[in-house]
Amino acid sequence: MHSFGLGLRKPHYTQFLETGVPVDFVEVISENFMIEGGRPRDILRRVRERHPVALHGVSMSIGSAHGLDRAYLARLRALVDEIEPLFVSDHLSWSRTPGFNSHDLLPLPYTRQALDIVCSNIAQAQDALGRTMLIENPSSYLTFAESEMPEWEFLRAVSDRTGCELLLDVNNIHVSAVNHGFDAHHYIAALPLDRVRQIHLAGHSQGETLLIDTHDRPVPQQVWSLFAHVMGRLSHPVAIMIERDDAIPPLPDLLAELDIARALLPQRIAA
Amino acid sequence: MNLAAIQQDFRAWLVSGTEEAAARFAPEARAGLSVYQNNYRASLMACLAESFPRTRMWIGEQTFRSVAATLIDARPPDSWSLDHYAAHFPAALAEALPHAPEAGELAMLEQALTDAFVGPDAPALRPDQLSEIDWDTAILQLVPTARLLRHTTNAASIWSALTDEQAPPPAALLPEPRMLLIWRTEHISCFRALENWETESTQRAIHGISFADLCARLVGRSGEAEGIQAAGAWLAQSTTDRLIRTLPLEA
Repeated sequence: MHSFGLGLRKPHYTQFLETGVPVDFVEVISENFMIEGGRPRDILRRVRERHPVALHGVSMSIGSAHGLDRAYLARLRALVDEIEPLFVSDHLSWSRTPGFNSHDLLPLPYTRQALDIVCSNIAQAQDALGRTMLIENPSSYLTFAESEMPEWEFLRAVSDRTGCELLLDVNNIHVSAVNHGFDAHHYIAALPLDRVRQIHLAGHSQGETLLIDTHDRPVPQQVWSLFAHVMGRLSHPVAIMIERDDAIPPLPDLLAELDIARALLPQRIAA
Repeated sequence: MNLAAIQQDFRAWLVSGTEEAAARFAPEARAGLSVYQNNYRASLMACLAESFPRTRMWIGEQTFRSVAATLIDARPPDSWSLDHYAAHFPAALAEALPHAPEAGELAMLEQALTDAFVGPDAPALRPDQLSEIDWDTAILQLVPTARLLRHTTNAASIWSALTDEQAPPPAALLPEPRMLLIWRTEHISCFRALENWETESTQRAIHGISFADLCARLVGRSGEAEGIQAAGAWLAQSTTDRLIRTLPLEA
């Protein structure tokens, strides 16, 4: 059975704490709760009593050439130990160089050297966290002439070498496919889909010349189509969620989007 | 080019946004570089705007954005947490607006309240627990979110008026500087101005002080009767404010 969830965002805290929101899990941004105490941690503890929680990070910077921040890993481990999350995920991207943090998910050149570094960093993170991570395919706005393989081949190699599993962001595939002119279906066919544990669905906006991954509007038709295509190829249960980070609508709107996701699942005929 | 060099070039582009930095990338990457540059600056600007809502109201959007942009140019973020970046803003504001010292103090107060909001949890002593204390051995210590701020202006009154959606008073220097105590009780950050007589006791209690030592210092300052009375008043106020906890005396 697939499970269906939502990102836990401030405007919906009260509903998640006081009503029975019909979701199978919630996902939170890990860094928002990697704090020492206070109301945010208390809210997370109380939501955890009602729902399984997935921790989704944006600052691990697994593509950093200079390795990972050990203090960051220690804080994340403390949160993992307390929350016992369903999944711990972060992105195939980088944000940090020594003395600098961009707070954005920056693109990697898909080189053999970068592959070695990413695998080493993921191995370090999985050791520090004591568990397997999910790595999410990014959306990106440029590619590097230095790349020696396509993103899907890089992701497959990362998963093969580290044992990490995948968080498949269907919107990110669409955004990057349009921005870089590759075939989204080919991307999906080339991935190790048996390693996918979670799926993100989101909306994007049209920039001047590029699609921008804004998470500020409903999931568009192209992404729903791609999602239906992915689900037709999966043969195991995954955790599916709507990821909304800006212009956050009332909760019923997001639950209605989850209903669309449910309706797009392939109809299996009972034996 | 190796990964470290590419990431250094990317950092140089994000921080400077110059043609020279962009020239390190292929011409077809230009549109994408602009997206990342915009994301970088927008996320820092949004972080500052969300962290200092009352300061923004006080100095106005245009001035706020100008000071924030100067900070972003001068000081790239270096922590994994965006919240840590906001801590640099009060000093930047004080430097940018030397003739409006209340603005920097207002921002510092907002930052201190935010820090307290997400600071460590620690149960505070309740008034009904006072009778259980062994006063010969107990060390009184303020909860870990407690900190002091020295104010020379009426920034705290401005903060209160803006929070209550009232017209703020005009900026003014105080007759003499005063200390503000900031802490969190349950899940609410709060502050109050300290009277002169309680400032030293409070400062010492941040690190921990025995009640006997506290009494002795207040007696030394004000005499036997008044000092003991002050110690009792300090303890009562601090307990009511859910400000103190007790630690066992170290061997």
